Amino acid sequence: MKIHEYQAKELLRKYGVVTPRGIPCFSVDDAVKAAEELGGKIWVVKAQIHAGGRGKGGGVKLAKSIDEVKALAGEILGMQLITHQTGAEGQKVRRLLIEEGADIQKEYYVAALTDRATQSVAMMASSEGGMDIEEVAAKTPEKIIKVFVDPLVGLTDAQATELATGIGVPAGSVDKAVDALKKLYTCYMETDASLAEINPLILEGNGNIKALDAKFNFDSNALYRHPEIVEYRDLDEEDADEVEASKYDLAYISLDGNIGCLVNGAGLAMATMDTIKLFGASPANFLDVGGGATTEKVTEAFKIMLQNPKVKGILVNIFGGIMRCDTIATGVVAAAKEVNLSVPLVVRMKGTNEDIGKKILAESGLPIISADSMAEAATKVVEAVK
Amino acid sequence: MSILINKDTKVITQGITGKTGQFHTEKCIEYANGKNCFVAGVNPKKAGESIFGVPIYASVKEAAAETGSTVSVIYVPPAGAAAAIWEACEADIDLAICITEGIPVRDMLEVRNKMKQKVAAGGKETLLLGPNCPGLITPDEIKIGIMPGHIHRKGRIGVVSRSGTLTYEAVGQLTEIGLGQSSAVGIGGDPINGLKHIDVMRMFNDDPDTDAVIMIGEIGGPDEAEAARWCKDNMKKPVVGFIAGVTAPAGKRMGHAGALISGGEDTADAKLAIMEECGFTVTRNPSEMAKLLKAML
Repeated sequence: MKIHEYQAKELLRKYGVVTPRGIPCFSVDDAVKAAEELGGKIWVVKAQIHAGGRGKGGGVKLAKSIDEVKALAGEILGMQLITHQTGAEGQKVRRLLIEEGADIQKEYYVAALTDRATQSVAMMASSEGGMDIEEVAAKTPEKIIKVFVDPLVGLTDAQATELATGIGVPAGSVDKAVDALKKLYTCYMETDASLAEINPLILEGNGNIKALDAKFNFDSNALYRHPEIVEYRDLDEEDADEVEASKYDLAYISLDGNIGCLVNGAGLAMATMDTIKLFGASPANFLDVGGGATTEKVTEAFKIMLQNPKVKGILVNIFGGIMRCDTIATGVVAAAKEVNLSVPLVVRMKGTNEDIGKKILAESGLPIISADSMAEAATKVVEAVK
Repeated sequence: MSILINKDTKVITQGITGKTGQFHTEKCIEYANGKNCFVAGVNPKKAGESIFGVPIYASVKEAAAETGSTVSVIYVPPAGAAAAIWEACEADIDLAICITEGIPVRDMLEVRNKMKQKVAAGGKETLLLGPNCPGLITPDEIKIGIMPGHIHRKGRIGVVSRSGTLTYEAVGQLTEIGLGQSSAVGIGGDPINGLKHIDVMRMFNDDPDTDAVIMIGEIGGPDEAEAARWCKDNMKKPVVGFIAGVTAPAGKRMGHAGALISGGEDTADAKLAIMEECGFTVTRNPSEMAKLLKAML
């Protein structure tokens, strides 16, 4: 689960990391009031969407008067902000963060994330703050330094100092950077984050260290123990179909193609998508109905797939294990009737009660195309949508 | 022979009284020699009782001491699953198999590091399979986990995969063309897990009753590449490789918590290329895994 920048900063402040003062706003009037309340002579008007690259897309602007805050807030609020992470249609800006200006002397990058290979927490830092870190990693990997933290020990002073000095924090501010890094680590662990990134972490003229922008992702398996994080969820920032699917405990992801797929198991679902591609078409979605699919779940899955106007055909691929093919077949028939299915449907079933499942489909009177292998199913569905 | 388990293995079931634990324990007992293999369950609140004729003990330690079990399978719900793994480890079990899906990553990080710390301090090593895995099976001998037993046949092909249903797919194809399996192992779809592809490939390489292996991976993480590089120098048997997720977009979690492209070598294309370089016969068509393997024998 992702959250907004202003929420990330709220979390960081809770853990003692210094950030600029700022106020989240939902309207132009709020933005003006926020700027007045913050005072000073310079403000930053920041679009709050979950995607990165907001600055380059025109969603972050500097204002030197209250009038300018008003004008910029009016411009940014409601705009379709297009960044390299939003896709071509962009994301509508519904929230702003009005922040006091900062005296930026130097920008750094710091982040915490889980490292699979070492089964530890990687703390990363770079002198090249404010840039896209993937770009830094590709062009100048030597400018990224990493330490691996044993979760049973935590980030040590020595490790934090290695990072701070390694990225060139001046001697007088190293203690402050070490403090910020240790607090970032604690925040990462205690909130069950899967990524916590401060980019940039800045050095101010007076030697202070501040988090100027922040991004967090959270482990969805751990959200049950973090109601305070769940509160931050913003459904406007998520794909409507994916939100709908999650209500029925379906793992669904929207894609660009025209063939809907319904599969049991994440690995088999990906393999099915890949097979569709291999035979010349593209999947419209990833959909794992899981191990305990019921008729209701299958019906909902069909409805969600068909909400996508691009879908011209559907491929159902089930390997019956604990979940029996006859259960799925009954569900598919009920769903196809309930939604008045009007696109070609190819079903491939293997495993437990395969024969009974195939019989149910054949006797349903529905124009269901049956296939024996994944490859055959893909060939047939690609042919059917031509 | 086979890897990790056989008809003489004695198994403890943690979480035997829960809905999932009950359902699958019954199926495991029904499979091949299961009745003699599944000898103990654990639930501190129901110690002294029994279920399907399997006695329930208060702890893994007690169950192991009473029955001589060396393997434990875990169906405990996510919030308590990491603690259940640690309990098996503290009881010096040889192999803990964690089926549970949805364990917080931080819990797995902590328990994996505790397990490493124990070994570093001279303690006995407990191997972990999973979590979020279907378990493993040695056909016609023993099945520990949630896979459908009837699709398997005894034979000489090893199967290892992160995904459950994709393991069944490979096994189903093998059985259909007359190739049985020595063992089929699901290592699970989570980012922080126990046995990895490389560990299982080592075991298949050393197993005199395995002639060839199907290794299935997916997007995310460095494990398949690591295993392929090890195989290049060490593997004496033919391997067919498949990686799911060529069409998966970057940055999206594809069902499995660990199936997420985060840059570099963890895309399906990158892994397929590395596997090919390392001498695997790779395919982009998952329907022909078994057929390709047969051609190599």
